[in-house]
Amino acid sequence: MCSVVGVMMEAGTPELVKLEELRVPGQLSGRKHILSILVENKPGVLARIAGLFARRGFNIDTLAVGPTDDPDISRVTLTLDGAVHPIGQVTKQLHKLINVLKIRDMEPEETVAREMAMFKVSSAVENRAEIIQFAEIFRAKIIDVSRRTMTIEVTGSAEKIEAFERMIRPHGLIEMVRTGEIAIVRGSA
Amino acid sequence: MESLKAEGVEHIFGIPGGANLPTYDALVDAQLRHIQVRHEQGGGHAAEGYAKASGRVGVAFATSGPGATNLVTAIADAMMDSVPTVFVTGQVRTELIGTDGFQEADILGATLPFVKHSFQATDPRQIPEYVHEAFHIAPTGRPGPVLIDIPQDLSRAEIEYAPRTEPVDLAGYKPSTGGNVKQIRIAAKALANARRPVLYTGGGVVNANASEELRELAGADRFPVTSTVMGLGAFPASHQQWLGMLGMHGTRAANYAMDEADLIVAIGARFDDRITGKLSEFAPAAKFIHIDIDPAEISKNIPVHIPIVGDAKQVLPKLTREYRALQTDPSRLDAWRKQIHAWQEEYPLHYEPGEDGEIKPQFMIEAMHRATEGDAIVTSDVGQHQMWAAQYYGFDRPRRWINSGGLGTMGFGLPAAMGAKIACPGEAVVCLAGDGSLIMNCQELATCVNEEIPVKVFLMNNGYMGMVRQWQELFWDRRYSAVEMGPSPDWVKLAEAFGATGMRCEDAADLEEMMAKALETDGPVLLDVRVSPEENCFPMIPAGAAARDMVG
Repeated sequence: MCSVVGVMMEAGTPELVKLEELRVPGQLSGRKHILSILVENKPGVLARIAGLFARRGFNIDTLAVGPTDDPDISRVTLTLDGAVHPIGQVTKQLHKLINVLKIRDMEPEETVAREMAMFKVSSAVENRAEIIQFAEIFRAKIIDVSRRTMTIEVTGSAEKIEAFERMIRPHGLIEMVRTGEIAIVRGSA
Repeated sequence: MESLKAEGVEHIFGIPGGANLPTYDALVDAQLRHIQVRHEQGGGHAAEGYAKASGRVGVAFATSGPGATNLVTAIADAMMDSVPTVFVTGQVRTELIGTDGFQEADILGATLPFVKHSFQATDPRQIPEYVHEAFHIAPTGRPGPVLIDIPQDLSRAEIEYAPRTEPVDLAGYKPSTGGNVKQIRIAAKALANARRPVLYTGGGVVNANASEELRELAGADRFPVTSTVMGLGAFPASHQQWLGMLGMHGTRAANYAMDEADLIVAIGARFDDRITGKLSEFAPAAKFIHIDIDPAEISKNIPVHIPIVGDAKQVLPKLTREYRALQTDPSRLDAWRKQIHAWQEEYPLHYEPGEDGEIKPQFMIEAMHRATEGDAIVTSDVGQHQMWAAQYYGFDRPRRWINSGGLGTMGFGLPAAMGAKIACPGEAVVCLAGDGSLIMNCQELATCVNEEIPVKVFLMNNGYMGMVRQWQELFWDRRYSAVEMGPSPDWVKLAEAFGATGMRCEDAADLEEMMAKALETDGPVLLDVRVSPEENCFPMIPAGAAARDMVG
């Protein structure tokens, strides 16, 4: 500390910070955020996270929880809208939970994100071919067929799944199940 | 029990019950003082009072179910005011959990929103581990309550206790305390360029034991200082640079200074709505430096220009040193000082003196200051009396003013006074109570008598829930609804029924003398002071209004 003061004094009159030039960074990013959160694998951790979001009025868009390569640690991946939530405040509040070990606000350009969804569609004989064609275009898989329905599995970005939903809905969407996104940082070089 | 002793615990407040019988059995042989309170909420607030007065961790025990849920208000209170506390609750036997067993309540679930952390033991060997972790978490970083819930079968198990040799290290809990050096330097330079600076301090300064360091910083250029209700005493009220409290019932000088400041240095304060009023019109001309141990407080309510995450005790000396090294011209602040002085001259705290022996509540606080020579530990309940004490007592030292600022818990004062007296037996401890509040935990008078805790209760009795009445008068067309307290109880008789000394004062001329007598009387004393029933607490910023729209 003393050496720092010395440097400043040697430099003569220190350059002052002008108050009128001080700015605060914007709180809202305006885009979707994927938070990848490492937590201790202990009872009640998810309740703490969910409770925190509910209490502070933060709205979770999707949530996926699963094990990691370390059995003591789980990963929670959640997405939320940075246009309505100050992400910095969300991560700071999450960090206050003792069981939360690490939070990564994934950078979109450095991230690969995937979600899986299953669609149960009503499929009469006359539209079956068209549904199969859509599935092929989207590289989706037909995983169950009955006389009146077909179940299709789609994997991809949330946008791709939403696009598939738009295509398939006119054929009679009976049920849809989505996992919520999971994400990983791209390998460097 | 051994792990509690290893953590230096000397006092525990609590009540036994079925689910914590094994723990209470162990207490018989432990060299700890257990204070048997009369309601778990009282035990919780006593633990808070203990912690606030001493800075040590307060501990309260309760049994499962209703015992545990009775603690909830105290736990929430400790969370809001950052009070280092450990709450240990009994739980039904492991195999009964989830079956709605007798006296089962999911206290862990119920308290999730307002604990700093909580544990439920699933193996007896976890108990000492959790105790040590709790005593690590509660007082460090931003202090707060930690709950340990122990099923009855686990607290009953015999385990080998090996004293802990290594300090607790939790991967997910590493509070940063030092403050970023670069940020501190920028803050010093901003301060050097300020022409209308204000130091706005809060309970964090008290928690950090950083009064001395605050005075050093304030003294670096005779900066004006104001404080929240939680921070009173950290900067001496008798000091020339003291503006008085700020916020809803703050002084005009403090609120006007905030309104016109060009740079506000917030230290261990959190821009609560009782401080800011209407957010969009709060301190419109100011840039903000925010020093806080809790990063989540920074830019939570007010966007901050220069954030510094750290412990005030460590950050303030660095800031002072950096600032002094800049060798600024102190005369640049002359106009600001003159302006503040003018506000202080023009708008001092004032009230119409009582006539014919009428006791004005403000006069009661002044009399209390004289009777205690301004140096008692004063606890309070919540309401008008709390605000008048904050305005008129003039606290010169930290940890002398103990109140429920964040949660605003009526009934806090008496049990908190018990805790403070246990923590500081050599100090005069006065509970300044309101009649609406005192009745909420008056059962603790029995604790005071039985456990020989000689607290002095000065009851500001106006026959109303005064603050609510004041709001009904000012903002609800004087349509009084459920605020009159009526003739019951007879407080003197109530005190006597508990075995305490009861006294009553109805004439201003006798007040100081009776207070002195109460202070001299052995054992717990309740002095029922009949004050003006419809006095209002002014000045005041109506809720949601701006500082310059103060009334009264």
